[in-house]
Amino acid sequence: MFLSLDIPLWPEAASTNAAEVDLLYIFLIVVSVIMTAVIFLGVFIFAMKFRKKDPKYVPPHIHGSNLLEIGWSVAPFLVMLVMFVWGTKLYFDEYTIPATNDAIDVYVVGKQWMWKVQYPEGQREINELHVPVGRKVRLTMASEDVIHSFFIPAFRMKRDVVPGHYNTTWFEATKPGRYHLFCAEYCGTEHSGMIGWVTVMEPAAYENWLSGGGAEGSMASQGEKMFQQLGCSTCHLLDEQGRCPILRGVYGSRVLLEGGKTVIADESYIRESILTPNAKIVAGFKADVMPTFQGQVSEETVLQLIAYIKSLAPKTTNLITGAAASVPGMTTIPGRPGANSQNVRRDTTKTDGKQ
Amino acid sequence: MSTTLQTPELVERPNYLNEDYGWKSWLFTTDHKRIAILYLISISVFFLIGGIFAGLMRTELLTPAGDLFNSDTYNKLFTMHGVVMIFFFLIPSIPATLGNFLVPMMIGAKDLAFPRINLLSWYIYIIGGLFALSAAAMGGVDTGWTFYTPLSSTYSNTFVLTAATGVFISGFSSILTGLNFIVTIHKMRAPGMTWGRLPLFIWAHYATSLIQLLGTPVVAITIALLCLERVFHVGIFDPSVGGDPILFQHLFWFYSHPAVYIMILPGMGVISELVTCFSRKSIFGYEFIAASSIGIAVIGFLVWGHHMFVTGQSMYASMVFSFLSFLVAVPSAIKVFNWTATMYKGSVTFETPMLYAFGFIGLFTIGGLTGLFLSTMAVDVHVTDTYFVVAHFHYVMVGGMVMAYMGGLHFWWPKMFGRMYPEGWARFSALVVFLGFNLTFFPQFILGYLGMPRRYHAYAPEFQIFNVMSTAGATILGVGYTIPLIYFIWSLKYGKVAGNNPWNATGLEWTTTSPPPKFNFDKTPIVTEDAYNYSHRGEVEVG
Repeated sequence: MFLSLDIPLWPEAASTNAAEVDLLYIFLIVVSVIMTAVIFLGVFIFAMKFRKKDPKYVPPHIHGSNLLEIGWSVAPFLVMLVMFVWGTKLYFDEYTIPATNDAIDVYVVGKQWMWKVQYPEGQREINELHVPVGRKVRLTMASEDVIHSFFIPAFRMKRDVVPGHYNTTWFEATKPGRYHLFCAEYCGTEHSGMIGWVTVMEPAAYENWLSGGGAEGSMASQGEKMFQQLGCSTCHLLDEQGRCPILRGVYGSRVLLEGGKTVIADESYIRESILTPNAKIVAGFKADVMPTFQGQVSEETVLQLIAYIKSLAPKTTNLITGAAASVPGMTTIPGRPGANSQNVRRDTTKTDGKQ
Repeated sequence: MSTTLQTPELVERPNYLNEDYGWKSWLFTTDHKRIAILYLISISVFFLIGGIFAGLMRTELLTPAGDLFNSDTYNKLFTMHGVVMIFFFLIPSIPATLGNFLVPMMIGAKDLAFPRINLLSWYIYIIGGLFALSAAAMGGVDTGWTFYTPLSSTYSNTFVLTAATGVFISGFSSILTGLNFIVTIHKMRAPGMTWGRLPLFIWAHYATSLIQLLGTPVVAITIALLCLERVFHVGIFDPSVGGDPILFQHLFWFYSHPAVYIMILPGMGVISELVTCFSRKSIFGYEFIAASSIGIAVIGFLVWGHHMFVTGQSMYASMVFSFLSFLVAVPSAIKVFNWTATMYKGSVTFETPMLYAFGFIGLFTIGGLTGLFLSTMAVDVHVTDTYFVVAHFHYVMVGGMVMAYMGGLHFWWPKMFGRMYPEGWARFSALVVFLGFNLTFFPQFILGYLGMPRRYHAYAPEFQIFNVMSTAGATILGVGYTIPLIYFIWSLKYGKVAGNNPWNATGLEWTTTSPPPKFNFDKTPIVTEDAYNYSHRGEVEVG
């Protein structure tokens, strides 16, 4: 009857994560139904059994029972511990970005009120996301304005998109089809219009789709164009005077900063260095040399620039996340053999002494 | 004020209502009972306004397309609904009305410790409320009641400052009430009223006051920073100048999660009074219920990060917040089990207040259990910011808090005004409220897991059927709340005279006349027994 009316009672499950979350959700429902039944029946039975019958009856004084109190505190808590451990494990799986080489990287920019998506190969789309079945997809997400939240119910996947830094997440779709993409964090007037579709395709169809677009070239090559156009290359690639660090091979390495701290040159760091160059100065260089690009380049362009800078790095490192601090296990990125030389000016005449 | 209709039918005993009828005697009163009535009237007005906003939203959501209002109007409706209901109804509801009226009476005092500060708190509340309402009247606010940055600090073009100022101001009213209660409970207990003899209503208010006193300044600071950011662009929350929008969420929830306990703890206090009275039994596990109130207040300060599992906060921080969120469920569970156990071997009757107590236990159980879903991080990732969350907190705040408030109001109404309401209508409306509530909010759990995000003006067509149910339920709920409004007003004049203790309840407030005299008791009571001394003192049976 319900089916004939087409009333949805359960959302579609179309990712590896969805099946896992559903299982945990069912466990929670079962526990809740049991607990509700215990309490409702308890209340109902006591209310009926002990309802006022004899007006002369004076109930006994019962102070309480330590044993019962401990029992009904500890028993639910133990059950809750199961929820805690199970939920935490899945959460870490969900937000720990897989480092496999065959994963697809997709870059998402949230903007009042649309989702802009670009692929390393150069495809771009708005309010659409195309992914193949059976491959891990890593998302790096930026916001152009307010906080948004990238939500695909069929994947049980959601991640806020926060201005000022990159949030990352991943999924692996399991079933071809078209699924809702919603903005889940209230973001202003057309919040409920900031929606789109995720199309999950068979691998062959996906390859076909992928080869169909990208007229403007790959993200890296578009980044290279911007790199030239914005004048970055004058200092950061070709400079012989040592005013700026040379960016060849910098991506993924550990960089020594003025003041002795180090930072991993991940996407967040590079983004920060483009938009607020003075925030973290590489050891041996001066502040205020580079102009800020805050407000002059869009988040999409920044992502392209990063893609280009990445392409200048050796292929071995596969660092995707900006949320380094929140990714367990990602303690140190093995620096390239020559990583330390990053901290020092390429200009041979002056650096010898320091070496 | 309707007290101008002077109907001294008999030679009434002097009481706090008939001592003076002039408007000055109300607006300049320092009598905690009169201030409670002032609050009662004001929060009822705000409840009505917030309810109208809700009704308009539910009407829009009957159909998937956003066709009744435009998006901006809809966004303003849910924002104003949240601001009005949370800051101007739920937070003051039980403490400022029932608490104000009963805290001094229950401990045998003549008034609160600082009667003038008590009046000041009402004026502050009204000024804050006027700011919020004028924001609505001038054109509204569209940030959501959570005021998340940078939407609120930079991008919104609406009256954020006015509304935020209203919230800021009303916070001081809450602080002053909390301060007043704490001092009163410490210093003004009647002889013999030891801490172990305090009614659990008092314990619950003590815990609530601690949160009001310690938590509210944080939201004041947060709102001040938000206003600074919006006006002077100081950059605390703006990433382009080194700020962090997530910092706002930390600060906001550091208050606003404990604020949930400001809303629910007094309700729990009410339920302890109702269940004992209508079971004719002493409370089961007095110490545990009292301690669990304090436990909730303390742990409640340490769980705020569970609002932020998907923001990108450290996963290890999330883990700690998740664990503590489960932990805070334990004292709530203790209370529910103890209330149930209190009925054991009792003599249970089903007057209106008890019906509301049953409603509270049932709905709060569902609200609490669905809270576990949200503490479970992987599930929270899917359901956060969906209707699941909306359903959950309405089960706690409306299903829990408003049921308790209604139960308490029915229980103490004869004490406050000396007259009874019509019991038949009252029972009927309690049932209507319960059914209407469930029809409104249960479908929203399903909607949430299906993936319908909250704060959506228009939605995908497959979600419609549940929205229709929800709107139908809201209509019934509206009727359920209107009936008491009518019979309560009716009862003021036509209700049966209640007598001093119509429920034959324990508690000092029932030992004095109804309505109570100006200074509550003709002579200071001396307490010689524990609270809830309904039962005969035989041997302890369970244990």
